[in-house]
Amino acid sequence: MIKVVITKRYSPGPESAGFQLDVTFEAASGVTILYGPSGSGKTLTLDSIAGFVLPNSGRILLDDRILFDGASGVNLAPQRRSCGYVFQNHALFPNMTLRENLAFAGDGLARLERHRRIAEQLDRFKLTSVAGRYPHELSGGQKQRGSIARALMADPRIILMDEPARGMDAMLRADLHELIRELRSSLQVPILVVTHDAEETFALADRVLVYDAGKIIHSGSPAELLENPGTVRVARLMGGFNIFDADVIALDPGRQTSRLRLLGQEMDGPHLRGCFRGDKISVCIRPEELRLTDRPGDNRIRADLQRTVERAQSVRADFGKELVVDVPRDVWSGFAESGRRTGWWIEVPAASLRQVGKEASN
Amino acid sequence: MAIDWFPLWLSLGVAAFATAISLILGIWLAWLLANRQFSGKNVLDALIMLPLALPPTVLGTYLLFAIGRSSWFGRAWEGLTGSPLVFTWKAAVIASTLHAIPLLVKSSRAALENVDRAYERAARSLGASEWRLFWRVSIPLARRPIAAATALAFARSMGDFGATLMVAGDIPGRTQTAAIAIFDAVESNNTRVAAALVIVISIITASIVYLANRLEERRRGNL
Repeated sequence: MIKVVITKRYSPGPESAGFQLDVTFEAASGVTILYGPSGSGKTLTLDSIAGFVLPNSGRILLDDRILFDGASGVNLAPQRRSCGYVFQNHALFPNMTLRENLAFAGDGLARLERHRRIAEQLDRFKLTSVAGRYPHELSGGQKQRGSIARALMADPRIILMDEPARGMDAMLRADLHELIRELRSSLQVPILVVTHDAEETFALADRVLVYDAGKIIHSGSPAELLENPGTVRVARLMGGFNIFDADVIALDPGRQTSRLRLLGQEMDGPHLRGCFRGDKISVCIRPEELRLTDRPGDNRIRADLQRTVERAQSVRADFGKELVVDVPRDVWSGFAESGRRTGWWIEVPAASLRQVGKEASN
Repeated sequence: MAIDWFPLWLSLGVAAFATAISLILGIWLAWLLANRQFSGKNVLDALIMLPLALPPTVLGTYLLFAIGRSSWFGRAWEGLTGSPLVFTWKAAVIASTLHAIPLLVKSSRAALENVDRAYERAARSLGASEWRLFWRVSIPLARRPIAAATALAFARSMGDFGATLMVAGDIPGRTQTAAIAIFDAVESNNTRVAAALVIVISIITASIVYLANRLEERRRGNL
């Protein structure tokens, strides 16, 4: 378990804007994804935990150990923090073979124990046959596994991964995700992974911390985030949401429904908490929850197709005005004239409309 | 008459000693400048670089003040060893060292600062002490530019004239280095000796410069 409460300020320089990191979170064992745009403070958080960066104030607790406490001046050296850091470019020492890299990490162990552990890690990560090679002689996947194997040599109490999949092709990425899932089930330590890739986030996360401009603006499981992004900003950061303004025309708390005007069309909406008639609200809709039809009906919006994008499991139909529908392939092929532009009706199920706050804060 | 090769051997010996001392001191100073923040860092940096810019005779004068028979260091040395330091080959080593150190510090510092920070962070988070990080990671990764700088420092310290002449003198068979012997030979119209020394020194120096360049190139190609 790690508990982090830190602030870190960078004053503006001649060529850089100022930046302030101000985050509070806890992470138990399992995969916690630090998700957010570049420059939002994710890596800075990892570096503060690892001891590479000195926060201005706050506390970092790893299990029962204080790694950093601004108030009492405790600041453990990186050497004593038991953090297994997996670097973006692997950072395998180029002057050592893979085996020597692992041995370097196991320096504190007795000789026999060290050899046993090296053999164990090499075997576990399928690296035994390339142990004698130098990093530049290894493939991307081998480097990746090697750097994780090295980080695990000294039994870290937390694993920190900084954009581990950056620059990897789809296959390597899938292998890496498999590896991280395996670590998650075999190690009882928190695994913090920095990424700005939404798909990776949903593929790996037990819990997501959404970063924006040095703050954590939302957190929850991937399912919770999809169900309730909370704010327009989070929905935009996670991507994949249709976001619209809507007018509240009527509320029926008894039947737990509402009437909304959306894209110029009146329709049934979900139960809205804390809203009044006449309120202007923001709603978000996931593209796969919308249904594409070719005839009018209740809760349907007429729209003209702008373009389509082929995706692995579906066809993404873009109707402009930020209205996007993911249509399953079999449904799409069921439309006789799927190439036509006009005459489409999009059904918006009342339950797919999720109210989100306009403010960027929680 | 056979040519007296003593000045050449003396120069090579003095340069070897001076390079060894500069290497140890220089890498330590380079590490200090590259990794530590302390007050007076800029002053130290400037002091180390000064011998590059000062006229050799000025440097020689300072050195005489510092290690001459009336200085505390010179007296201490004489008290310990029974003979003065100035006008010996050891004084020539000191003069050459001062010339070699700036080159080594400058290049080593740049080389150490060029080592990717991720390697240093990785080593630290893997539990390596600063000492281990330095010897197992930083130095091996910076070894080519440091080796190149060492070669150049050797060449530089072999050729010192002004400062060496002032603190070690020109005693044939004892402190007369090749650079000084060449000057004497030219002065006394002894063309054969001058030419022989000039050619040999040129060949040695050219080889060293070539070696240094090769080391630099392979660094760019490799890591």
